Amino acid sequence: MQAPSRTDVEDFLFNEAELLDQWRLPEWLTLFTDDAKYEVPCTDLPADASSDSNLFYIADDRIRLGERVKRLMKRTAHAEFPHSKTSRIVGNVRIQAKREDEIDVSCVFQTLRTKDGVTDLYFGTTKYRLALDGESLRIREKRCLLAGDGLRPSGRISIVL
Amino acid sequence: MNADHQPALLVDPGQRIFKVARRNFVDPEIFKAEKEKIFDRSWLYLGHSSELPKPGDFITRKVAGRGILFTRDSKGHLRALLNTCPHRGAQVCRERKGNAKSFQCFYHGWVFGADGKLRSQPGETSYPEGFKGRDTSNMQPVPRFDTYRDFNFISFDPNVIPLVDYLAGAKEFLDVICDQTDAGMSIVAGSQEYSIRANWKLLTENSIDGYHAATTHATYFDILMSSTDNLASGMGGGGYGYDLGNGHAVLEYGAPWGRPVAQWIPGWGETGKSEITRLYDNLVQRHGKDRADRIARKNRNLFIFPNLVVNDIMALTVRTYFPMAPDYMVINAWALAPNDESTWARKYRLNNFLEFLGPGGFATPDDAEALEHCQRGFENSKEALWNDISKGMGMDKARHDDELQMRAFWTQWNKQMFPAPASGIKGVAA
Repeated sequence: MQAPSRTDVEDFLFNEAELLDQWRLPEWLTLFTDDAKYEVPCTDLPADASSDSNLFYIADDRIRLGERVKRLMKRTAHAEFPHSKTSRIVGNVRIQAKREDEIDVSCVFQTLRTKDGVTDLYFGTTKYRLALDGESLRIREKRCLLAGDGLRPSGRISIVL
Repeated sequence: MNADHQPALLVDPGQRIFKVARRNFVDPEIFKAEKEKIFDRSWLYLGHSSELPKPGDFITRKVAGRGILFTRDSKGHLRALLNTCPHRGAQVCRERKGNAKSFQCFYHGWVFGADGKLRSQPGETSYPEGFKGRDTSNMQPVPRFDTYRDFNFISFDPNVIPLVDYLAGAKEFLDVICDQTDAGMSIVAGSQEYSIRANWKLLTENSIDGYHAATTHATYFDILMSSTDNLASGMGGGGYGYDLGNGHAVLEYGAPWGRPVAQWIPGWGETGKSEITRLYDNLVQRHGKDRADRIARKNRNLFIFPNLVVNDIMALTVRTYFPMAPDYMVINAWALAPNDESTWARKYRLNNFLEFLGPGGFATPDDAEALEHCQRGFENSKEALWNDISKGMGMDKARHDDELQMRAFWTQWNKQMFPAPASGIKGVAA
């Protein structure tokens, strides 16, 4: 792929947000490389903390990310049955570094989730490492840095951020 | 508080009846009374000694609605201070954690040592000689502070019984957990801070409930099934529940998941196998085979009244929680690990932790959902009055998936909330 522009990256991220809002999770999973990571550190950790030696909220490799998707599509994933309704806004998108086969991208997110008459807000910054793969982009790393103090009152991350 | 119009518990051992009034989860009067009769009278978990490794280290933390400044002073002693200026009341320390030689209240500039003693205040000449020497010029320590095997507790009741007596039978289980290593344990960096829109006692029950796993956590067991091959043997042999006295309880059982100390699963490969074997052999050497087997292969969900859970399961977690309203609680959870653990084992421990535990895991969100839907169900508590926790009543030995543990909690809760003779209890607790 030619060096992607910010518009290319925005199109990619907006599409990702739409797949998640529409609960098209198996399709969403195909956006990831085989060696991908999806991580959400605890909010009292530095942004670059390693999940090998620090407690996170989520630290999925590609295998567990697949299990997460499988789980969330089941009726027995009680926390998300029936599925909550979500609305994601992705903004302030910037390409922060370019290498031969990948780019670093930073953006902010605000995700609203409604279930059983209760609406919660998740917000923060997402750091992506995007692989340049043929004519498309794929996610090699997605790290969501929550900006709030812990998960209060949202309580849990049962959706994908 | 009068419970005569409707008892909080309905107990009849002969009929094997143990019922809990759903009002206990929703009534603002109960919520108010719990602050005074439960949280102001118990030993409450504050933090682990490893969180303050060096002199000057500090943490601010909320315990039962009070702001606490937890420090290690210049002599290395742990201190628990009420985080309020003796002068006019402002919170002295406003940071979450750090290291400091002293703490300055920003309002008028009074400066305190990590031991809470007043060091200086602007305009000292306007105060009498000896002002700094007065106890009332210092930050106030919590009424009671004590430590058991690096678990630090505070109590707001000056007359509370000593911590070791309070812990009763829970002491031995804390020992089993801490004996995993002789190098000491530490809290791993990263705090899970979350909340559940449910009454705090629902989390107490859930934390010692071996009955809900198969249905609530069906998706977790689906995944476990694909990574282990001993699910066929049930929960690895099952186990038992115990009433540990003073409202504490535990379930101890075998389970198919891997344990970083020390039960290997195929998913951990050959590296894992040799590491787990080394850890296990070491335990046998130090404790003999029987105790080593218990430490390494049994799981423990330990509950310490009223709001501390230490789960020694696929990882080791410390969890404490506080009610903010009858239908809302906040929870703090940490991972605990042996100090001498290898990089490999630490990584797999944390990996194991996140698969099941915590608000982003494959199990805890479903627990939270269950608790929140109990709370919703209690909207009907004026008509549908009772919860049933009689499972396993009258048996010789309670299984880990019976409800003895919950009965132990509720019996103590009832004793403190409705002390005899105005007891709301019918008959005696099982």
